[in-house]
Amino acid sequence: MIKIKDGLLKSLLSIILIIYAVSIFFPILLMLLTSLKGNREIFTNPYGLPHIFNLDNYIKLIKISNYLVYFKNSIIVAVTSIFLILIISSLASFVIAKYRFMGDRFLYFYFIAGLIIPIKLGTIGILKTMITLHLFDNIASLVIVNVAMGIPFGVFVLTDFIRMIPEELSNSARIDGCSEPKIFYKIIVPLIRPALAAVAIINFIPIWNDFWFPLVLIRSDNMKTIPLATALLYGQYETNFGLIFAVLSMASLPVIIFYLILSRQFIKGLAAGALKG
Amino acid sequence: MVKSYKKKKRYFIPLFLAAGIIIYTAFLVVPIFNSMILSFYSGSGMTPSEFTGFGNYIKLFTQFPFKERFFGAFGNTVKFFLMVTLIQNVLGFVIAIMVSRKFAGSKIFRRISFLPTTLSVLAVGFLFSLILNPIWGFFDKILEAMGLEFLIKPWLGIPLTALPILAIVVSWQFMGESVLFYTAGIDAIDSEVLEAAKIDGAGLLAEVRYIILPSIRPIIGIVTILIFVGDFTQFDIVYAMSTSMGNPSYSTDLFGSLFYRTAFSSLERGGWGMGMGAAVATIIFLIVSVGVLFWLYVFRMKGVSQSE
Repeated sequence: MIKIKDGLLKSLLSIILIIYAVSIFFPILLMLLTSLKGNREIFTNPYGLPHIFNLDNYIKLIKISNYLVYFKNSIIVAVTSIFLILIISSLASFVIAKYRFMGDRFLYFYFIAGLIIPIKLGTIGILKTMITLHLFDNIASLVIVNVAMGIPFGVFVLTDFIRMIPEELSNSARIDGCSEPKIFYKIIVPLIRPALAAVAIINFIPIWNDFWFPLVLIRSDNMKTIPLATALLYGQYETNFGLIFAVLSMASLPVIIFYLILSRQFIKGLAAGALKG
Repeated sequence: MVKSYKKKKRYFIPLFLAAGIIIYTAFLVVPIFNSMILSFYSGSGMTPSEFTGFGNYIKLFTQFPFKERFFGAFGNTVKFFLMVTLIQNVLGFVIAIMVSRKFAGSKIFRRISFLPTTLSVLAVGFLFSLILNPIWGFFDKILEAMGLEFLIKPWLGIPLTALPILAIVVSWQFMGESVLFYTAGIDAIDSEVLEAAKIDGAGLLAEVRYIILPSIRPIIGIVTILIFVGDFTQFDIVYAMSTSMGNPSYSTDLFGSLFYRTAFSSLERGGWGMGMGAAVATIIFLIVSVGVLFWLYVFRMKGVSQSE
């Protein structure tokens, strides 16, 4: 009895799995393939592969908009934010993990609380501060917000990682006359490289995709990032399907490629985080 | 953890912490309290200056149209959250059980399932709007081909169906997150325990009920809290699929879109001024905080606050 029931259950589960796999690929492939079709072909041949693979929609996109500027802005914001997150959270994590001082535990929880505080709800305050600092309508404001958002996860992962490094390593360096800051960058940093990579990879995606803060903090065209440009272009060319699919593909391809290259590290990092919580 | 370094060399501790504390406090913690303070003021422009006490809150809970919009968005957000949690937790769990078993391609499948989660919610929302778009009619054509013409409807234009469509799209996108977390939890179960259960003749269902479910309960908690916080501040999907007005007739208006509109839109596009916007943000913050504590209690998690 049990075996038959299990067999049925298993084939049902396999069917679910197949449907799920198709549902993942179908919309993404549809988007990519349609972006390669001409406007007429989109209607005459909606399902099939494009007759000729042509990049006309992409060329047109770059001609009619400042797409390369948006792309550059997105890259600058992502790279600067991640770089700062790594430096700032590893410094803080090092001190929290390795030294006892007044309020050290509180400080750890204080940072970690940020993992579940929805920063969006502080947007009014952030907007006012950015105006005061003359950073409104400047991508620097996006970098600052991303760093504030990235610190909790950085401290969460790195503090644990640094705690696992045996204290003997630091002690023998101390005997050799190493100062504490020197221990940090001579001994700790090289050892936590995998964790730094995990923090960088996992932070990249929400930073790249962020739409909310650019929408509130950015006005000028030459300061726009890709998500903001995506919304703008979608509104302008809503009926030009070929172009719109190119816009959506351009917004998605960088993360898709990034993920396909680094998915192993990505999944490892996130899974470790889940088990720790 | 006793340290063998000299006390006088501790100058670097505040230095190392300074940047983190300042940026995190000034741009994540303080802004939320700022909104709370601002919610007690009314007036136009960026800096409402007229103190009104609980005036904004009283307006929000008792006056037209504030009350209608607020409770409308609240109801929609709760429904949206329930739909997404149900789909993502149940389906995500079933899929995780499948892919945690070793079969040809199970490793690759795990990676693929996370792919949609990496895309931007905005782009995904636009993509599904286009698929459902009656002019292009891709979805309609599929229904036609399957002989299901009676299902051809302007799904996003009907108040009753628009919100479930949004919930399905968001669940589709973030299913991979549930799959990833649950698979990690199942992988971490001691394989000897599972072997012993098999020898005792436990079927798949018994295994799930008595071994897998109890041991991944904290992870169900994490997934639920992530969905909860995400959905109660969800904005991008509404913006992409039904504009920040939550069309049709506010049926897809969520807390995220309500907050955006009230705080940052002009008067004619649904703006209520900064003071009211701050009141909306504060109420959402309180609801999210109470909710998170509730979920921590339900799942009896040690919680991130005691993760050591």
